[in-house]
Amino acid sequence: MTLSIQSIGRRFGDTVALAQVSLEVKPGEFVALLGPSGSGKTTLLRILAGLDYPDVGTVSLDGDDFLATDARKRRVGLVFQHYALFRHMTVAENIAFGLRVRPWRLRPKRAQIASRVSELLLRVRLDGFGNRYPAQLSGGQRQRVALARALAVEPQLLLLDEPFGALDAQVRTGLRRWLRELQEELGLSTVLVTHDQEEALELADRVAVMNNGVIEQVGTPEEVYFEPATPFVCEFIGRVNRVAMRRGTGGLSAAGWVPRDEPWHGHYPHATAYIRPEHLEIGAQDAPWQGVVRHVYLAGSIAHLDLDVSGVGTLEADVASEDLARRNLAVGAQVSVSPARSVLFAGENARWSWQAGAGP
Amino acid sequence: MKRRVLPGFGLSLGYVMAWLGLIVLLPLAALVFKSSALAPSGWWALLSSPRTLAALRLSFGGAMLAAAVNVLAGLLVAWVLVRHRFPGRRLFDALVDLPFALPTAVAGIALTAIYAPEGWLGRYLVPMGIKVAYAPLGVVVAMVFVGFPFVVRTLQPVLESMEREVEEAAASLGATRWQVFFRVVLPLLLPTLLTGFGLALARAVGEYGSVIFIAGNIPRLSEITPLLIVEKLEEFNYAGAAALGVAMLVLSLLLLLLVSLVQRASRRWELPR
Repeated sequence: MTLSIQSIGRRFGDTVALAQVSLEVKPGEFVALLGPSGSGKTTLLRILAGLDYPDVGTVSLDGDDFLATDARKRRVGLVFQHYALFRHMTVAENIAFGLRVRPWRLRPKRAQIASRVSELLLRVRLDGFGNRYPAQLSGGQRQRVALARALAVEPQLLLLDEPFGALDAQVRTGLRRWLRELQEELGLSTVLVTHDQEEALELADRVAVMNNGVIEQVGTPEEVYFEPATPFVCEFIGRVNRVAMRRGTGGLSAAGWVPRDEPWHGHYPHATAYIRPEHLEIGAQDAPWQGVVRHVYLAGSIAHLDLDVSGVGTLEADVASEDLARRNLAVGAQVSVSPARSVLFAGENARWSWQAGAGP
Repeated sequence: MKRRVLPGFGLSLGYVMAWLGLIVLLPLAALVFKSSALAPSGWWALLSSPRTLAALRLSFGGAMLAAAVNVLAGLLVAWVLVRHRFPGRRLFDALVDLPFALPTAVAGIALTAIYAPEGWLGRYLVPMGIKVAYAPLGVVVAMVFVGFPFVVRTLQPVLESMEREVEEAAASLGATRWQVFFRVVLPLLLPTLLTGFGLALARAVGEYGSVIFIAGNIPRLSEITPLLIVEKLEEFNYAGAAALGVAMLVLSLLLLLLVSLVQRASRRWELPR
């Protein structure tokens, strides 16, 4: 089922929630809508679920007008951040709900419903929990019930609205991997709304980064991370250093760093270079910058260093934790720093992806 | 010993017991004591007389009917006030409490004026064969009036805190609007509706002022038990009045106990053990 969203717009009073948003979800694809709160991602998901309608634009599923279909006939599986379980029903009743509310001609027989429920309980690893009430379950278990309930109606599309937002870190990671496996197994087209970039990168086949009601970039996690299309994407996904560049006689430079092969032919007087912490090389020969280590934050396998680089300012660099001792990277150490890779932006929307040693 | 943020269980329980004793239990004990002046045969004669039975039936039957009407009307009013925004909503919201503020006698006179055979509504209803004033129906109307705010006010906060997402989830699972309401919304509101029912019921059973004006007080037809008690008092038959009071007390207690049992069953999902 190919879901095609074409230039939809939605306003709430004077606020533009969505402007000219287009997106395609291919059969079995897992797409993440990633953005800060107020970026329009939830509005888009609600439109897909039939809980809200756009002012302009179309949504079609395999060529059929999806907007003309009522929410209850869309056959979408919807999972909310706060589970939205029916508190007064047991787990089994929750899961069976979508089957029981069908018109009697389409309603499966009692025994069929029961076997479908136990099959789903097994699938979400909650067998034996059928007679409990939601209040008796942990957050992770409730979210799995919500997922089973959504899957019970055999949806054509799975919509997940911050499904792991209310769970603690460990449960979240476990549930995330499990969800991805389940989604692949079922081959179900899925749209995930999240503000957690790590979640989006880990789960999705493609990520749509949203900001202020528009999609800034759509791409695979690799594309979005390594080749961000806009300054917003650079800053929103992962951590990044911003370095102001000024044009001199030798081209754009920052404190002696002159990236070669500039494509702009002396056009822009200023530019901003975005450099990821892991793309700052420490201790390299003929490095353009000299710095002092100000802080070391050990974060498991990698360590984040705060560096004071003269002429540039404070930069963040990542190194492998085991390199700290080996290379004497302690607070106060003098180090040489050189960028290995960067994306530069200038003017309105000029973009240049630069890599050290690339080109002639 | 478990430490709490706000201590003082012993002291506060003492106060609760003292107040409950002074305000509720002591007068009730006096009532029971007074009624003991009546011999068992007198009890039986009083309580089995057709007039008493009719009055008790009207008091409790009418109160239950009125509470049921209030549950339906209150649900509707609370729903509209919470879920919809319209001009005059706040004024409307304030009007809900009026039956509490009005002296009940005033309410009774006003209702009588409207439903009397020559009143605003009565002049149309009576020819149609619907007799409200000076009939049992009038008793129920007055009871509905005085108990009206209870269901609305108990329901409002619960409706406000209800997650819309639950309804949206139900709709996306294929439920029709009716199914969303009857299978999801109503069961979640049921415990609160029963609380409102209990309150409205208690208020209606004990109501005196407004009812006696509209009821016409025809013995064995539109006479409520509280009126019978007042009559006994006027005849200086204190023991008889107290005995009727005890009968009302016991029946009320049983009814409220029953409501609270049903309510407990309706919210078994709230407090899992």
